[in-house]
Amino acid sequence: MADPGEDESFRDITVRVNGESVRARIPVRLSLVDWLRDHLGLTGSHVGCEHGVCGACTVVVDGTCLRGCLMLAVQADGASVETIEGATQSGRLRALQEAFYARAALQCGFCTPGMLLTAAEFLEGGEAPDRDAIREALSGNYCRCTGYEAIVDAVAAAAHSRER
Amino acid sequence: MKPAPFAYHAPDSLDEALALLEAHGEDAQILAGGQSLMPMLALRMAAPACLIDINRIASLRRLEETDEALRVGACVRHAELLRHAASVPHWSLVAACLREVAHPGIRNRGTPCGSIALADPAAEAPALAVALDASIHLASRRGERRIAVGDFFLGIYETAREADEMIVAVSFPRPGADWRFGFEEIARRRGDYALAGLCAGLKVVDGRIEQARLVFFGVGDRPMRADEAEAILCGGDPADAQLRARAAEAAMARIEVSGSAEYGVAYKRHLAGVLTGRVLARLAEAGGA
Amino acid sequence: MTAPDPRPGEIGRPRPRAESRRLLAGRGRYASDENRPGQLHACFLRSPHAHAAIHRIDREAALAHPGVAAVLLWEDLASVCKPWRTVSGAFPGLASPTQYPLASGRVAWQGEPVALVLAHSRAVAEDAAELVAVDYEPLPAQADYRSALEPDAVLAHPAMKDNIAWTMDVAAGDVDAAFASAALVVEDEIVFTRHTGVPLEPRTVLAAPDAASGELTVRISHQMPHQLQLHLAEFLDMPMSAVKVSTGDVGGGFGIKMHVYPDEIAICAAARLLGRPVKFVADRIESMIADVHAREHVVRARMAVDGEGMITAFDIRDLHGLGAYSVYPRSSTMETVMALRPIGAAYRYGAWRAHADVILQNKAVTGQYRSVGHPIATTVTERLVDRAARALGRDPLAFRRANYMRPQDMPVTNPAGLRLLDLSHEACLDRLVELIDYDALKAEIEAENANGRLLGLGFAAFVEMTASGTEAYGRAGVKVAAVDTVTLMLEPDGSLKAAASVCEIGQGISQGLRQIIAEGVGLSPDRISLSLGDTATSPHGGGAWASRGAAIGGEAAWGAARRLREEILAAAAALLQCAPDTLDIADGAIVDAAGRERMGLRELAETVYFRGYELPQGVQPQLSVAHSWRRERDAAVPTNGIQASLVEIDAETGLVRCLKHWVVEDCGRIVNPLLVDEQIRGGVAQGIGAALFEACRYDGEGQFVTGTLADYLLPMAGEMPDVVVAHVETPYSGSVIGAKGAGEAGTCGAGAAVLNAINDALARRGASISETPATPELVLRALGRLAPEAEP
Repeated sequence: MADPGEDESFRDITVRVNGESVRARIPVRLSLVDWLRDHLGLTGSHVGCEHGVCGACTVVVDGTCLRGCLMLAVQADGASVETIEGATQSGRLRALQEAFYARAALQCGFCTPGMLLTAAEFLEGGEAPDRDAIREALSGNYCRCTGYEAIVDAVAAAAHSRER
Repeated sequence: MKPAPFAYHAPDSLDEALALLEAHGEDAQILAGGQSLMPMLALRMAAPACLIDINRIASLRRLEETDEALRVGACVRHAELLRHAASVPHWSLVAACLREVAHPGIRNRGTPCGSIALADPAAEAPALAVALDASIHLASRRGERRIAVGDFFLGIYETAREADEMIVAVSFPRPGADWRFGFEEIARRRGDYALAGLCAGLKVVDGRIEQARLVFFGVGDRPMRADEAEAILCGGDPADAQLRARAAEAAMARIEVSGSAEYGVAYKRHLAGVLTGRVLARLAEAGGA
Repeated sequence: MTAPDPRPGEIGRPRPRAESRRLLAGRGRYASDENRPGQLHACFLRSPHAHAAIHRIDREAALAHPGVAAVLLWEDLASVCKPWRTVSGAFPGLASPTQYPLASGRVAWQGEPVALVLAHSRAVAEDAAELVAVDYEPLPAQADYRSALEPDAVLAHPAMKDNIAWTMDVAAGDVDAAFASAALVVEDEIVFTRHTGVPLEPRTVLAAPDAASGELTVRISHQMPHQLQLHLAEFLDMPMSAVKVSTGDVGGGFGIKMHVYPDEIAICAAARLLGRPVKFVADRIESMIADVHAREHVVRARMAVDGEGMITAFDIRDLHGLGAYSVYPRSSTMETVMALRPIGAAYRYGAWRAHADVILQNKAVTGQYRSVGHPIATTVTERLVDRAARALGRDPLAFRRANYMRPQDMPVTNPAGLRLLDLSHEACLDRLVELIDYDALKAEIEAENANGRLLGLGFAAFVEMTASGTEAYGRAGVKVAAVDTVTLMLEPDGSLKAAASVCEIGQGISQGLRQIIAEGVGLSPDRISLSLGDTATSPHGGGAWASRGAAIGGEAAWGAARRLREEILAAAAALLQCAPDTLDIADGAIVDAAGRERMGLRELAETVYFRGYELPQGVQPQLSVAHSWRRERDAAVPTNGIQASLVEIDAETGLVRCLKHWVVEDCGRIVNPLLVDEQIRGGVAQGIGAALFEACRYDGEGQFVTGTLADYLLPMAGEMPDVVVAHVETPYSGSVIGAKGAGEAGTCGAGAAVLNAINDALARRGASISETPATPELVLRALGRLAPEAEP
């Protein structure tokens, strides 16, 4: 894609992205989230700070949530990556998405994909979903719009609907 | 905010990694969890010529517990160690401490060994290692060595690791049943680096403190043991409130402190006293963290 | 015009936002998601100095770097772009030098764009930016604005005679007499630390020129594309019809994305100059350093109270740190005015005097940020009110109630010049007392404090001037639209296609307008598609600022809906051969007086569009309508409310935790209570952030020290309390729907309530603080737990 500087080094990778195998030749300094967004068009993962603080770039790699800005794309070679697009498609987030919708737990929506994936990992982890635990689980995901209460409510509601 | 160019190596074996390290020396940077390194690269505060990614070395992912020690490989994540520690009572300090490391997404990727290697004075893992009297396993082409944690941290981001060496593991000797541990950190927000934190251990035999370890982080230029306070505690009764107050006083007065732009030395010193008082009060009763 | 039915209909219904489905699925389209073939990626080389002369810039090495297409300086852009200077009739004598998209010989703040590097990737552009060699001569920086007025002060702009950007001096009533005869005078000096908006999506722009058509298409994360279109046309010397600006989804604005930024203009100019699409996504560091900051003030204020316990006068002096320039086009001094004029606005008083010195500094430009100025005014007022209540031994709520502006006192233009009407202070206070269960809560706090905790309860009554009208900027000669327009068309399938000049930035106005249109026409909101934020398709208007969406855009939507309804009914009547006033529209169908369906909207539309011959001679149904609305009275729509905050101080560490927060507010008629409540909560979070955490800090040399999100502390899920929200609805009397601004009320009062709560707690130990954010060290020092002087 890019016409690289002479120092740029490249690597071929094969990554399972949302269930599909993807092969690509990428600059080694490219972050995972930049690759997903700019090369694969998976723009549901967002870039908010690029230094690991805001959580907007959260993606799932080999089953665990992590910061897409703090992992190189080249490190995902051989791994399995799930993004908001894949997790939506598979239905994994359905209860959470319904609860966020009904509770108006998003405004600008920029933090939302990261919030959803983080919340899903929390709910699937089996810890009791009381409000404090939900706040702790989401404490690394910045939202400037909502003040978090609606998000906490929505996660609690989704937990409740899972139990039933 | 994109990293400067670098060469990237992802060796499958430790030998290969060590050969690369020998070849590149100071120009190379080990990439484990990357949760501190990647932001530094993005901010171009660090621009190593080459990254040696050790995540593909299977042997470094091992977390092994024996009767004597818990050995944590260089690629064991905070979250993995936390899960293990939370399941066994004798690692209560490990669990209490790692629970406060950043946020879930960071704990899923970051590693205790990486945190120890970086030696950020405000981080939890280095202080935890000191409090548990851990050993650091270093390897290079010249061979392996094991260094007592007390000799490892030299200053801000400064350790006894040589340029051609990497941490392959840290091992925590299993504490006896007569040890009590306590932990607290003071931070503006949940998951932030601490303004000040304390990892504390007391070996209490027949109601007397036989050994004490009070290790502060976020206070000095490295994990700081409060020697005077420890000395005051030794031989005393953990339930003795006056003794604890004297220890807190000593910690506050004597600990080596370096302030930051936002938080002054006096404030950090004050927090050291507060933490000592609080944690020791909890350790007055058996159990601890 | 007929007013909406006050019975619950679409207006007033708590509906989730239809468009949030897309965002939840990761299918948002934000500016950074867009790309153009052949685009270049931008990296700005920004000044590392707060103040420096630039003698020479050597760009050869950068240009030679592989992958670099261009390295541009102001001298290159000057051929396609004009510089600008902020001038406003509202601020006579405003001194703000000319601003350039890239530095012209001198930099006046750290982070000012100096050169623009364009390359095939952002990473390569950053590599090359490191190769641009700039010969700077550092100049002394004006960074400590408190000494900026001294005769020998360092000058932020050496060509100026002093550092004063503007001085405000306003008085009404006999202030001196009021203070001379006062039974009680309370005073305080409050320090407000600079902070900023931090929308999660950084500012982003993608400018694409079309050589064939001569058009410039700009995709930008922005709150007011029409305003930007106008300025781009001016600066780039293009007709407005050739400049197309659209926003797509916007990842938060809060006022940050409503200004003219040098870097954004430079991108558009570069695209014109090179004939290539150019994309710029601000990274977080440059967002922190180059987004507008806000609210750097030291306010010294006195309040006089007479022997009856009635407030009689305010006397205020403000020192306001403006930054290096006054922001274009609205001027940063709007904050000065709005930080001062609302002081005391909730209360009856007779005399008011304010003096402000607005200081130029070698720091980032400041500008309008959510609830512009009002949080300062509220904090100053409510600190003084609390101090007075305490001095008089009165309950803080009782003291407020006694002094409140009552319904019978309005409408009135108060001494500070604010037009106040339709406010409900006592009703809001009554509701708050009930909501917090005041007596029980006080008892609980007493009990907890007796147990060694340190809790405090604080209140803040507030007045916020919202939905600025045509007077605000129009009279000042500043081209800011205060009229909004909605266009509405009936589609052949009976659905509606609408466009509006207000903008969606996450606040939910799109949903709100659809509900208003739905009620106005008589169908379900899910039958309406609405486009916003695109100058190519939506009419010229204000965008998103001053909480105007429902109050002004809503009126336009209602007007358009009623017009279309009339057209539909007239056409239907012609077809059904009855009088239009015997028909109505309900649930998307034309019904008769008995509610019986006579014709579906689809049937009507198909007849008009496809079988026009069926219509009688002379009937020309206008199934596309446009309606504009400007408010004809009241420069702004006042709103009011009261907030309460419960905090706990850790007296050993100085950490403050907000345990619970309550808001009762009156935004008039509520269009969608679900969304309004979330606006309030989000606003509260920003107020709590300012009170406890957020600070843009510079060192003595003007070096910014809080550039990362590890240094600039924002409230996260772990720090925010639950926020209880309730409303009193006093419709605005000057409009049909009666909605007032709701989006900024949370921010307006939250910080003041938190600071009062902290001081309520501290008062139990004989202490107080007068500075935000309330850092733990500050609190601990106030408690006397730390030596007053820091160790070296």
